[in-house]
Amino acid sequence: MEGEIRMSEFKGVWVFSENHELALELLSKGRELADKMQTQLTALLLGSNVQNLAQTLVQHGADKVVVVDKPQLKQYQAEPYLTALTTLAKQHSPDIILFGSTRFGKELAARLATRLETACVPDCTKLSLDNQGNLMAERIVYGGNAAATIRFHMKPQIATIPARTFEKPVPIWDRTGQIEFAEMAFEELKTEIVEIKQLEASQVKIEEARMVICGGRGVEKKEDFKMLDELAQLLGGQVGNTRPLAEDRKWFSEWVGLSGHKIKPTLYIGCGVSGVIQHVAGIRDSQIIVAINKDAEAPLCEVADYVIVGNLYDVIPALIEALKKELKTSSS
Amino acid sequence: MPKIIVCIKQAVDVTQIRADPSTRKLITADAPRKISDIDKNALEEAIRIKEKQGGEIIAVTIGDENAKTALREALAMGADKAYHLNDPAFQNTDTRVTSLILAEAVRKIGEFDLILCGETTIDSFTGITSQRVAERSGIPLIMYARKMNLESGVVVAEKVLEDRFETVKAKTPALITVVKGINEPRIPSLMAIMKASKKEIVVWNAEAMGIPKEKLVSALEIVEVLAPKMERKKIVIKGETPAEIAEKLVKALVQEGVVGR
Ligand SMILES: Cc1cc2nc3c(=O)[nH]c(=O)nc-3n(C[C@H](O)[C@H](O)[C@H](O)COP(=O)(O)OP(=O)(O)OC[C@H]3O[C@@H](n4cnc5c(N)ncnc54)[C@H](O)[C@@H]3O)c2cc1C
Ligand SMILES: Nc1ncnc2c1ncn2[C@@H]1O[C@H](COP(=O)(O)O)[C@@H](O)[C@H]1O
Repeated sequence: MEGEIRMSEFKGVWVFSENHELALELLSKGRELADKMQTQLTALLLGSNVQNLAQTLVQHGADKVVVVDKPQLKQYQAEPYLTALTTLAKQHSPDIILFGSTRFGKELAARLATRLETACVPDCTKLSLDNQGNLMAERIVYGGNAAATIRFHMKPQIATIPARTFEKPVPIWDRTGQIEFAEMAFEELKTEIVEIKQLEASQVKIEEARMVICGGRGVEKKEDFKMLDELAQLLGGQVGNTRPLAEDRKWFSEWVGLSGHKIKPTLYIGCGVSGVIQHVAGIRDSQIIVAINKDAEAPLCEVADYVIVGNLYDVIPALIEALKKELKTSSS
Repeated sequence: MPKIIVCIKQAVDVTQIRADPSTRKLITADAPRKISDIDKNALEEAIRIKEKQGGEIIAVTIGDENAKTALREALAMGADKAYHLNDPAFQNTDTRVTSLILAEAVRKIGEFDLILCGETTIDSFTGITSQRVAERSGIPLIMYARKMNLESGVVVAEKVLEDRFETVKAKTPALITVVKGINEPRIPSLMAIMKASKKEIVVWNAEAMGIPKEKLVSALEIVEVLAPKMERKKIVIKGETPAEIAEKLVKALVQEGVVGR
């Protein structure tokens, strides 16, 4: 049929994220898929003043980097990015495109998939190939109650992947690859950014924290988070919170959980957190989970390794003292 | 006066589903359903605009016979008219198909100022249907709005992103997705519920919409849906005093190798 491309004409694995760290993580899964399919791994590098990052993408596993480095891509506006993605995808017909599941990345992935009339599976936690070479994705559904395994039947196969799902590959400093520059005329913007308010950096990187002390509605006042902060500092970790503390009480702008930051720290301590499924879905992969709750029946206690049934206002200060003692003896 | 289309989905109430403990398979067949939480926020936002500026609110849903309940609730909250897109071929599809049906409905409904959607639905949790509708309709898209304002053909919204808030402007018609924090959806009064039973629900199937069946084939196959394994130790630490309990926990964490050296 005219204008139709046969399935076999799709070739290569592509990765893109405007978040460079996440792009590197995608390269590790991308490399594995490309090797299995005996095809090339391409990283797209889109942005303004970004070409200096091309080499690191090669060192982390890309066979090829396609660079579109233009001032029009300075702000994260969907339309010019979509021009670049659509133009390149139509020229080269990749088999698989992996996007980082940032909010911007999800917008781009879904809109690109629509332009290419293909499928898009967002927020995948696992990816593999079936024996026909179709992409299989796993993602969390039903508010965290289940994981769905989904098979693609249309190409390109587009998936988005949250931060910290895959480990960054070990770089090979003398790895070589092809770096290509692409040119195109950008489509018009449909929206205009009037103002940008940047948030404090500390709130942003909770995915990276090895220890997370999470406060829930059991914490009565915002000032009481000082207690959690102290605990976090002693452990070398960071403080997080549940969604109602952001949305209802407006103490924070972000939260931990299915619809917020998904984390997998070595240690998670939930303080006055009930552990409703949407929250638990975001902490499920933590190595050790501790629940501090005055209600022994709270759902978090069901999914914790260690449970303390008690008032957090008694337990946390005691825990701070006990930790101070322990850290003193272990350092002396 | 603005005409606002709100896309609502009748979702499975995820707090009411259970898995079969032996097979880990979810039991969703007879699980209760409700309007997906954030879609109610989208509807509430439309109602607030109408309260100030007048106009018309149209609720649209793709769903089976049961989904009529969701539309009745939307009408009771304050929608003026509803479209029920109901066809066996509309069920169990993917976002590519869902967005095609919604975009086609929007086109058939005619002129409008805004389409409002939820950020994501509580059951499928994809959060990508609305982008696809905007793209198919060729209109501006502003996602994750936690505040919005519509005035003389221009919509301004504040987007919540991971590390920043962006105030973004677009000309109407435009599609906006809202986050849960944007407002508190109202609970309709008995009076409103009674009145709603008189409002019109238009039912369209694939034929009425002129969508050929071959366009409704899903590009994705759900292979299985299983409850996750969650095997944890569940050790309850007991003691006479908080200090004693705290020390026991610290000792356990040291033994686990997560605290100390
Ligand atoms: C679509 C959707 C997505 C969502 N996504 C998320 C998400 O990503 N993240 C998220 O967190 N939530 C999310 N939620 C909200 C979620 O359903 C819960 O409402 C929320 O997680 C509950 O927060 P909480 O544990 O702080 O509060 P609560 O459920 O009110 O729990 C408070 C707990 O504190 C305990 N407590 C009270 N006082 C004390 C004390 N002095 N000492 C010790 N314990 C005490 C209580 O026993 C109780 O268990 C989502 C909801 C929806 C509908
Ligand atoms: N079946 C449906 N009927 C009407 N609107 C829908 C339907 N599915 C999704 N939507 C809209 O698209 C948004 C995002 O959905 P999702 O991609 O499923 O998270 C929802 O909040 C709704 O506004």
